[in-house]
Amino acid sequence: MMCSLALFPPPLPGDGETSHYYSKDEFTTDPSVWFEESHALNLYFPRESLKPHSRPESSSKAAFRDHCETLYTRSAGAWRDAGLSGLLNEIANSSAEVPKWLGVSSRCVLALLQWVSSFHGSLFPHLTLSSEEMTAEFSQVLDWSDCAVRGFAWHPHTQKCAVALLDDSIKIYNPKSSTSPTLKHRLQRSVAALQWKPLCASDLAVACHNCLLVWHVDPTSLSTRYTHTHTHTHTQPHSPQVLPQRFHCSPSRRPSSGCAQVLSHPGHSPVTSVAWSPSGSLLVSASPRDTAMLVWDVAVESCVPLHRVGGGGVTHISWSPDGSRLMAATPSSLFRVWETRMWTCERWPSLKGRCQSGCWSPDGSRLLFTVQGETVIYALTFTDTPGLPLGMSGGPKAATVVADLSETSLDTPDGDTMVGGEIQSLAWDPRGERLAVLLKGDAGAGRPAMIAVFKTQINPAFKLLPCGFVQGEPGTEPRLMQFNPNFRHGAQLTVCWSNGKITHVAFYFMSARVPQPGVGGSPPLPISQGRPADYVNQTLYTELIS
Amino acid sequence: MPNMIRQSVIFWRAVASIAWSVLLLPPTTALYVVLSRFSLFHPLQWLTECLTVLTSASAIFSFILLCGVVLLVGFFNLEYYSVVPSIACSKIALLGHVLHPRQFFHSLVHCIMGVVVAWCCAVTIGGRYQALGYPCMKDESGPQMCLNENHLVLLLAGAFVGYSHSLLGLVHNMNYISFHTVQQYKYLCFKGTLPLVMRASAVQALYSLRNFLALYFFMGYVPRAWVCRTLDLQVDSSVYSLDCVSGLLDLSLLYQLWISASFLLFTWYITVLLFRIFVTEAYSFPVQPTFQEDAHQCLPEVITGKQPTILKFLALQDLARLSNHCPSRRQEVFSLSQPGGHPLTWTAVNRECLSLLSDLTERLVSHHDNVASNGRTKLQSIGSDKKTSSESSGRYSIFCHSRPFSADLESRGLPGPPHVLRTSWPLSPGYSSIQSPHIMRRGPKLWSASPGGGWGCGPWPICFMMSDWVLFSLQLPEASSQALFADSQAHIWALEGLSHLVAASYSEDQYGVVQTTLPSILSAMLMLQEAVDRHFKLPHASSKPGRSSFSMGDSSYKTLRFALRATLKTSIYRITATFGEHLNAVQMSSEHRKRLQNFLEYKE
Repeated sequence: MMCSLALFPPPLPGDGETSHYYSKDEFTTDPSVWFEESHALNLYFPRESLKPHSRPESSSKAAFRDHCETLYTRSAGAWRDAGLSGLLNEIANSSAEVPKWLGVSSRCVLALLQWVSSFHGSLFPHLTLSSEEMTAEFSQVLDWSDCAVRGFAWHPHTQKCAVALLDDSIKIYNPKSSTSPTLKHRLQRSVAALQWKPLCASDLAVACHNCLLVWHVDPTSLSTRYTHTHTHTHTQPHSPQVLPQRFHCSPSRRPSSGCAQVLSHPGHSPVTSVAWSPSGSLLVSASPRDTAMLVWDVAVESCVPLHRVGGGGVTHISWSPDGSRLMAATPSSLFRVWETRMWTCERWPSLKGRCQSGCWSPDGSRLLFTVQGETVIYALTFTDTPGLPLGMSGGPKAATVVADLSETSLDTPDGDTMVGGEIQSLAWDPRGERLAVLLKGDAGAGRPAMIAVFKTQINPAFKLLPCGFVQGEPGTEPRLMQFNPNFRHGAQLTVCWSNGKITHVAFYFMSARVPQPGVGGSPPLPISQGRPADYVNQTLYTELIS
Repeated sequence: MPNMIRQSVIFWRAVASIAWSVLLLPPTTALYVVLSRFSLFHPLQWLTECLTVLTSASAIFSFILLCGVVLLVGFFNLEYYSVVPSIACSKIALLGHVLHPRQFFHSLVHCIMGVVVAWCCAVTIGGRYQALGYPCMKDESGPQMCLNENHLVLLLAGAFVGYSHSLLGLVHNMNYISFHTVQQYKYLCFKGTLPLVMRASAVQALYSLRNFLALYFFMGYVPRAWVCRTLDLQVDSSVYSLDCVSGLLDLSLLYQLWISASFLLFTWYITVLLFRIFVTEAYSFPVQPTFQEDAHQCLPEVITGKQPTILKFLALQDLARLSNHCPSRRQEVFSLSQPGGHPLTWTAVNRECLSLLSDLTERLVSHHDNVASNGRTKLQSIGSDKKTSSESSGRYSIFCHSRPFSADLESRGLPGPPHVLRTSWPLSPGYSSIQSPHIMRRGPKLWSASPGGGWGCGPWPICFMMSDWVLFSLQLPEASSQALFADSQAHIWALEGLSHLVAASYSEDQYGVVQTTLPSILSAMLMLQEAVDRHFKLPHASSKPGRSSFSMGDSSYKTLRFALRATLKTSIYRITATFGEHLNAVQMSSEHRKRLQNFLEYKE
């Protein structure tokens, strides 16, 4: 019953795809069919076939801006693109055309600005990173910058998924359809996250380098409305069964009105996280450079920035499945839990590092989160029912440690294997029965990245039981994982591997009950047995700010 | 009497907002004083001067004047606000709005208030701006009073900024109050918008000033001569007049003009902003009355009520919120009446929401028919005396200035909303002849059925041809589509409220209250979906307006149709996702079933 990796059954030695280990338990109906070889959406994107766009940011901007233009147009463009510093930079760089005093003064102001920003950067070290580095740092994907698959999203209601690739394209797969459209857009660069809109068939939000794209992928009239061109270059031996097709916005069609809406806001780049509200009405986006979290009304393309002091940005957001709360992690050792009725927030100044990942239980009553630099999973319990009047009264006062994933050696037939370590991301299946934890691993120390799976029980008491490990082919590591929300027979974990394969690991069980979101009650406190002594005294404090 | 009580909610909110804007006036004024006396090289002197100015009697007097101005602005906000924007479909209609007496009065008062604020600014700045006249020596006849042109320019700039504020307010629909999808506490909302308001007032002041200076450069001698003549002031020939390039390039004067204009706009914008924030704050209506005499304050009663549109909007907003967030209040909606056991609350709410939806459907269908038969959207813009249409056809009208809820402003004995176009052009063939609501409703059809006959039989063929041509050339694209959806915020809430309630009823409705109405709800939604789909196939309907840079005018009404379309889809999906295959047991026409099947398979 203890929640530490020492209790896990050891992983089997790797031999090809069948090395996934799956522990038998009483819920399992047939443990041998956990991996469906014939799954229609087993995809393979070899790393070599994808060419990353490796143009540096500044040069691309300069290339787009014609130097034959007048200084005024160029300055206006720079002002639009990069604000004051861009304008000053432009003026300082074109010293031949401007009066000397203007050039000198703009250089002075620029230096001053840089000095101030370096001061600001010393307060928030992440601001010194470049956009790409920042996305890689805060993405939920392990080793984002060198990963063939940069994002994956299941449609919340149908068997349909979107895959963001290294070459900045997004492919959409639907087992029922013979076409798999490819979404490409000029602004779709370094995709950090993507999510389908709930209660909608076709809308896909994509967090890009300096904007947010919302694609409208019409599920019925793809072939009639848009022009397709077959690209035979993509048909490698390992490519998916369906022929990839490219999906263009015809030039006559404005991208914002036709198939993609571009949502951008000054200062809001790079966007590293997006989250639709479960009711499908709002979209929240976050950028580590912007202290404000933006709440978008996508249809009218307007946004409300929610500013709060502290943190220096927002890196990762996660909406509770009942829509009543929203977790927002910041680059510093602080995260917030927003209440979505009046949009007030609780601050959680955590102890050791920034909040790396978080996920909600299906009923929205529990938040699990991990902190960078620590190897444990914390839990927060929210006991109030979401409908009650304001006041955030039922919020927890302290986080509890529910699982310890520190390094442990396990006996395998090959000898001892080290497992454990820091946590990259968490995923909870929509029925609340399985929790997948992506462990970062450490190649130097001989600990591969690995997925540990827990069995969970939310009612009547919160329980976390060891289940097993998920490993890939030898030499491959998991990069990204997500539970399929439409799997009927249990839980299905989709894993994107470092070699570009996407596979699906199914866990068959009889669900005790169908979770009913929004129905609260007061669940008892989580069981957290077997905590190491180090963590006994560590509590997180909350304060209500309005 | 019940009306009075309901109105009082809005009234007290307006009073609170005005009180807050008066309370915010001292810090704003202090900031203005500090900025207007700014001197980089004498910081100590600068600060002491500011202190003496702030405590002087003249400053206190001008502060009282400013308070009066703010009160008046607040009063105008209360009287002129509207939750349904007035959209001019053609430039002539816009001109009609501008020339309307009500708008003229608004502009005049704002002009005068602008002068008053500018005078207060002049007194506060002091120095060479202090007074209109100053003693000067002329050779012939001893000491005389001469005209201080700096002061005059300041006053005229105030008048100009005041007038342009009023005019731009009309063009940008500044009196339109939109409801935000994200509800925040008032303080946070204010804090979040304050920087934008500051920027907007500074930028708007710059633009207004540019226009004013251009005007003064060409026309400046007129007011100067007039003031000199009426007040018997002399023009000091030893001083440059300001309506020349060298005179206007006085940096100090420009700075003072800009700061004063920004100050003026800022105080007014703050009043507008506070009014919007206070009025749109969510209001929680009781779902069921505790006592019988409170019945008129209850949600079903207010929703079905006609009179103040804003209250109806607030009630619909409350419905959408309670259906989404409050299980306990949802329970009250699903409950049965104590003696009798009728689901009165649900019936009232459901009926009103459905009638809203079917109204919109009808409006869209007739618009579409009209466009399809005429080939272009000319009838929409045709003047159609708004008054006739909205009064005769009640809440339904296809015409451009449709205010589907009767205007609340008129009810207070005011001379009609500013958008009522009372042109004397015989713009429409139905203008004088069609009166009855029945024919009115079918007006477009009549017109389209016999376009040939229309040319010859009336007394206005030539006139009509001309106006038709003029209208066609001056028509604002998209506007008819915007106008159709002008009040769609109500429909959006009705859709959200209905769909959330229906979805919640799956597990919460103990008496099966909702089940009986499910077929009508679904068919209303599907019919609207069909009408909206058809509407978006029209030219201009699906083109998005370019995002305007920030100004105080709220342009969210321009995109309401997109919000409605998205909400409609989401609402149908919410119902289908909740009920799933059970919906196959619901009775409906085969066409609707086909559409619903698309939704069930996520193909829509």
